Amino acid sequence: MAHTAAGDGTAFRAPPSTLPPTRWHRLSAEWAGDRQVFDGASWRKAMIWVFLLSDTFVFGCFLIGYMTVRMSTSVPWPKTSEVFALEIAGKPWPLLLIAIMTFVLISSSGTMAIAVAFGYRRRRRTTAFLMGLTALLGATFVGMQAFEWTKLILEGVRPWGNPWGAEQFGSAFFMITGFHGTHVTIGVIALLVIIRKVWRGDFDTGRRGFFTSRPGGYENVEIMGLYWHFVDLVWVFIFALFYLW
Amino acid sequence: MSDAITGPQDGSALLPEADELYHPHSWWTRYVFSQDAKVIAIQYSGTALAIGFVALILSWLIRLQLGFPGLAAFIGPAEYYQLITMHGMIMVVYLLTAVFLGGFGNYLIPLMLGARDMVFPYLNMLSYWIYLLAVLVLVVSFFAPGGPTGAGWTLYPPQAILAGTPGQEWGIVLMLISLILFIAGFTMGGVNYIVTVLQARAPGMTLMRMPLTIWGIFTATILALLAFPALFVGAVMMLLDRLLGTSFFMPAILEAGQRLRYGGGSPILFQHLFWFFGHPEVYIVALPAFGIVSDLISTHARKNIFGYRMMVWAIVAIGALSFVVWAHHMYVSGMNPYFGFFFATTTLIIAIPTAIKVYNWVLTLWRGDIHLTVPMLFAIAFIVTFLNGGLTGLFLGNVVVDVPLSDTMFVVAHFHMVMGVAPILVIFGGIYHWYPKVTGRMLDARLGQVHFWITFIGAYAIFFPMHYLGLLGVPRRYYETAGLGFVPPSAQSLNAFISLVAFVVGAAQVVFLFNILRSLKHGAPAGGNPWHATTLEWQTPETPPPHGNWGPTLPVVYRWPYDYSVPGAPEDFLPQNQPDPAHAGAVP
Repeated sequence: MAHTAAGDGTAFRAPPSTLPPTRWHRLSAEWAGDRQVFDGASWRKAMIWVFLLSDTFVFGCFLIGYMTVRMSTSVPWPKTSEVFALEIAGKPWPLLLIAIMTFVLISSSGTMAIAVAFGYRRRRRTTAFLMGLTALLGATFVGMQAFEWTKLILEGVRPWGNPWGAEQFGSAFFMITGFHGTHVTIGVIALLVIIRKVWRGDFDTGRRGFFTSRPGGYENVEIMGLYWHFVDLVWVFIFALFYLW
Repeated sequence: MSDAITGPQDGSALLPEADELYHPHSWWTRYVFSQDAKVIAIQYSGTALAIGFVALILSWLIRLQLGFPGLAAFIGPAEYYQLITMHGMIMVVYLLTAVFLGGFGNYLIPLMLGARDMVFPYLNMLSYWIYLLAVLVLVVSFFAPGGPTGAGWTLYPPQAILAGTPGQEWGIVLMLISLILFIAGFTMGGVNYIVTVLQARAPGMTLMRMPLTIWGIFTATILALLAFPALFVGAVMMLLDRLLGTSFFMPAILEAGQRLRYGGGSPILFQHLFWFFGHPEVYIVALPAFGIVSDLISTHARKNIFGYRMMVWAIVAIGALSFVVWAHHMYVSGMNPYFGFFFATTTLIIAIPTAIKVYNWVLTLWRGDIHLTVPMLFAIAFIVTFLNGGLTGLFLGNVVVDVPLSDTMFVVAHFHMVMGVAPILVIFGGIYHWYPKVTGRMLDARLGQVHFWITFIGAYAIFFPMHYLGLLGVPRRYYETAGLGFVPPSAQSLNAFISLVAFVVGAAQVVFLFNILRSLKHGAPAGGNPWHATTLEWQTPETPPPHGNWGPTLPVVYRWPYDYSVPGAPEDFLPQNQPDPAHAGAVP
């Protein structure tokens, strides 16, 4: 059971593909073939896609639920452009904070993507640095979210009511941004764990995971990235459907 | 098609990941915190059957009240609602879903596909322990102040969280937490099942060579991963309504002249979320049963399954359709009538793929060499029961017929036949069929026959009269029917009859339990392949299969799983890993 080719992920790759080159022939050959449907995709990468599909349904249900109660409530919905405004120099700036938060989170997707590219080039320190930057941006996002929550709570917004209109505004706001913020926080923690492994060179030496007793690979950076991009993409929908609507 | 098989043909060149099998170091990691899918399967099944016996006792108490009202002084209206709620929830989620996917899924997916284990054994282990935690939280709710929730298994708000519903203090909270835990644990198992089927099959095992059992479990797992999120979200929202006083599901309500703090929510939103989960849930339970029954029938009739490809596509079609029929549970909830038209149409379309399956099972039996073994008896009983339940489904799927039948005993009879009795018959059949592989010993066939006949005839004696009660107008979820002018007194004697049969059928399950325990030590040795079956799990080098399943090399698959009674073959079955092209079956 010696683990020989550690590090670059080749150990977790199937034998080189002998599938036909054109897309449709390839698709049909993959689904008609034995052993694996997604030729060359590792188990863990297939897993994260399946999980993200399931998680998509979770967020989809949250957003549909929010839209339904927004329609069902008989009290007017608070004006989001006024609620989510920052007052700077005596002037209200609608959606300023949320624009910065969105900018920060989208930027973190950029640094994550670059980290993945450097990971596959086995640039250990650059990868870890870029992932660290991603984690920092993610933590900044969560921090600004905490600021936003504090501000709204001080203004009297509660899950069961608020000064401006339908009480479902606060309920949906805290539930959906809370659930998304939890996802970002879990992502930051996972980033820190993987940064440690990258920095220590675990993916080069084939050191085994504490829980799973399996060696990792730089593919783990990409899998982390898939989760991170998903959380960002979800934010775009929350931003559009909750803040802009 | 065969030139598409690109993998190495000798099985020696494994995927490198196959080397990464976790090796247990101690008794604890081997048998308790085990990462071996086979051990996890037994843990899942054992826990589920244990909580299932609790649900059985609850059903006895329900029948005690319905058949002999007032005989048991400790069952008041509140206790009655708690009984029916917990019975329903345990049977649907904690027993049926857990046994089919966590139990049969964990045991059979790696073995039938020629894999060494699930792809993420650690996650798989976590899945079981979180499931156990969910079960424990559920059990705790029995002892919480106020008792378990009595909101009905559908947990409809607003009543589920209002004062007056039993278990409003703690029961509903623990119920929702338990469901959230169950879903989290299931997701960990579910990604395992799907990725194992998609990416970790043995050389030569194409998707269209998979046994129908795997097709059923695989499709059901996809349904579960897409349907459980709706229940998860519904549970989170209701938990917030109950604990934080939000109003997702709560409209403005007057209670005893006081206006409650709730207002503006949408009770029907919960029904949509619940049934978007709840209807696929029916097929999460039914599809593995379809698959297992196909394999049992083919094996014990010594005949290839009729129309294998159609059977596969029917499973996939049922799975897809199950996501667009959910609101047929809500015909009387006050929807736009055009919705009813749409959902009635999609519901009735499901009859087509299910009818294909029933015809194909019967055509598999047609002129087969039928051995009436205990698993086969259960399989045939399933076909009959499922057909019965399906036919009453045609009544309830039509809006105009459903409206007068809604919330009557007819509905209770229908869903018990189609998703209660039918899948449980398959669980029994599956256990009688695979027990020899799990333990190396046969279950006692005479005890099995006793268990089967009492269960099967008893189930009919219980649920057939219940249809009649429903047509008489006896409502469901009523603590007692005495004094209701529209219920004739004769309904009470029928209820007493049903209850007596239910007591006998429940007691007969002790025979099954005894058989399982006794055969562990005293059963006849089974050998590796007692049923002369073709699928890979019967071809393991050792029985019970050891850790890693296959010894040094993985099996190589040369044929589909239904080569029974192939003309010219030396025996009446050709295992999937037998490399004899001269006797290959008609289908690749």
